[in-house]
Amino acid sequence: MYVAVKGGERAIENAHKLLAEERRGDPATPEIALSQIDEQLSLAVDRVMTEGSLYDRALAALAIKQARGDLIEAIFLLRAYRTTLTRFGASDPIDTAKMTIRRRISATYKDLPGGQVLGPTFDYTHRLLDFSLADEAAPALAAEVPAEPGSAMPRVADLLNQEGLIEEEAPGEDAAVGDVTRNAMTLPANRDVRLQLLARGDEGFVLALGYSTQRGYGRNHPFAGEIRLGEVAVEFTPPELGFPVTIGEITVTECQMINQFKGSAERPPQFTRGYGISFGHCERKTMAMANVDRALRADDLGEEVTAPAQDEEFVLYHCDNVEASGFVQHLKLPHYVDFQSELDIVRRLRADFEARRTGEAAE
Amino acid sequence: MSGVASAAGGKTLAGYNFAYLDEQTKRMIRSAILTAVAIPGHQIPFGSREMPLPYGWGTGGIQVTASIIGADDTLKVIDQGADDTTNAVSIRRFFSKTAGVRTTESTREATIIQTRHRIPEAPLAEGQILVYQVPIPEPLRWLEPREVETRKMHALSEYGPMHVQLYEQIATFGRIAATYDYPVMVHGRYLMRPSPIPKFDNPKMDRNPALQLFGAGREKRIYAVPPYTSVKSLDFDDHPFSVESWEHCCGLCGAGASYLDEIVIDDKGGRMFVCSDTDFCTQRQAQGFRGPLNSEAAE
Repeated sequence: MYVAVKGGERAIENAHKLLAEERRGDPATPEIALSQIDEQLSLAVDRVMTEGSLYDRALAALAIKQARGDLIEAIFLLRAYRTTLTRFGASDPIDTAKMTIRRRISATYKDLPGGQVLGPTFDYTHRLLDFSLADEAAPALAAEVPAEPGSAMPRVADLLNQEGLIEEEAPGEDAAVGDVTRNAMTLPANRDVRLQLLARGDEGFVLALGYSTQRGYGRNHPFAGEIRLGEVAVEFTPPELGFPVTIGEITVTECQMINQFKGSAERPPQFTRGYGISFGHCERKTMAMANVDRALRADDLGEEVTAPAQDEEFVLYHCDNVEASGFVQHLKLPHYVDFQSELDIVRRLRADFEARRTGEAAE
Repeated sequence: MSGVASAAGGKTLAGYNFAYLDEQTKRMIRSAILTAVAIPGHQIPFGSREMPLPYGWGTGGIQVTASIIGADDTLKVIDQGADDTTNAVSIRRFFSKTAGVRTTESTREATIIQTRHRIPEAPLAEGQILVYQVPIPEPLRWLEPREVETRKMHALSEYGPMHVQLYEQIATFGRIAATYDYPVMVHGRYLMRPSPIPKFDNPKMDRNPALQLFGAGREKRIYAVPPYTSVKSLDFDDHPFSVESWEHCCGLCGAGASYLDEIVIDDKGGRMFVCSDTDFCTQRQAQGFRGPLNSEAAE
């Protein structure tokens, strides 16, 4: 007669078995290989690496497989693994000017040194379902590779800088860069911490905030100065050697937004920058990130803070999808003790209410 | 209930450190805990790690437990007062897997008790540590959403708005309507959120011989109430603090002074009340106490 409301060990075990079964799907369908995820769902891998803050395609592919394609769950898996890894040190800053370019476009100049390189992009495709892809043996199309790729491609922001038209981006003091994965954020946050949190931040959330700045909520007139995709070398300077050693190559997408700035008492009118970067090819994310980065600089630039995207505390505390997903979903956990407390008070308040009403009626 | 097997001490998960976290991280967390103990009720920021369990499901408590647990500890984990709720089972398994420690359901046997939403009914003793899982550590959060502001309010002991809120409830309802997460003053200095335990449990925090540690993983804060520290629930002279009470006793063990869960037993308004603390209830039944709805009593 005592209804078993509390779950137990066996229930959990069975749920896990059921999950494994659902993950696998129909055994008649061949199991998906990690290399297939890596190669054919590569943008999913890119997003999981970016928001998981770990550059490892194989692990990201494994996380996606284990998470049944739920990318936020995959990001969570990757983060929980990443946090156990030993930290050897911080790499030297990557130099995106030296990137081996696969895609590079600028919306501010028709042509520029190095040219516009469209690269692999959904832009200008017609979003028509391609039924030939349903045929698993569809032949691959060979792309024409430019004869002389990756000649000098200075960054657009650097070109503007020669004229002093855009704010100087100081390389920063020698102070250690913040690390949001090791330290609790303090406010006001510095830009390094803000950029880290935005880079790890949920693509959907950052996209919506970036979008809101374009619709008048903290408007700052962005121009896509440059978006570049390609490979950069990662260098590490071991303290015992004292010179940098290349430890690998990673793919990154970088976006530099150029925004108007009317000037202030101390500063002449000039363009300002918003910055976005991601592992792999996450173009939408980097563009939105650049918008939000610029919006969050309102305070530094003496602009009035009026919109959500400019509100550092609001943006930084809510952009992480692993935190958000966990906390929203914790509502599934039992709350019957607190609910009992609420039942108790509601019953008392109702009794008070009834007593008052009968009292009033009697008068 | 004997469904929970106690693992043999020492065996840990291949590829991971004892109790999951690396030793450097544990040292960092222990240092935050020591600071927290030195300033009772004050929230200490710490470099909370991503844990393999989701945020909001006890990551703060798990990190605190992982940092203080040793191979000879005996761990009890409860959620809603019960050892057999799914999340309690999951966290207990996490530690028997990663630390290989002995686990127990007995409040008395445990050296560390990790809890969500309750303080055990049985009194705690010196040397025991109660680790609370905390979702929102900031007691002033519903009054002021901004961390920058609430930190200032704590620094200045600017707790008037909280009293005003309680007063407004009295003005509106004729009584204080706060039920769980009822704000407390610790050591006469810091306003503290007791994690969402029902206010029924608040008096147990006061001058408790056990060390009480609070971990909020997502919010990256740790705070503490050292043994024998004063913890006072906010109230007014003419509206003294009071706790929940029931017209029923526990249907299984007959306890008249424990926190009860209400269980819906049919669709005709039938209700049964049982102890939320399963260990307390089981111990009482073992001692021969019977409630009105206990089938053995009916025989």
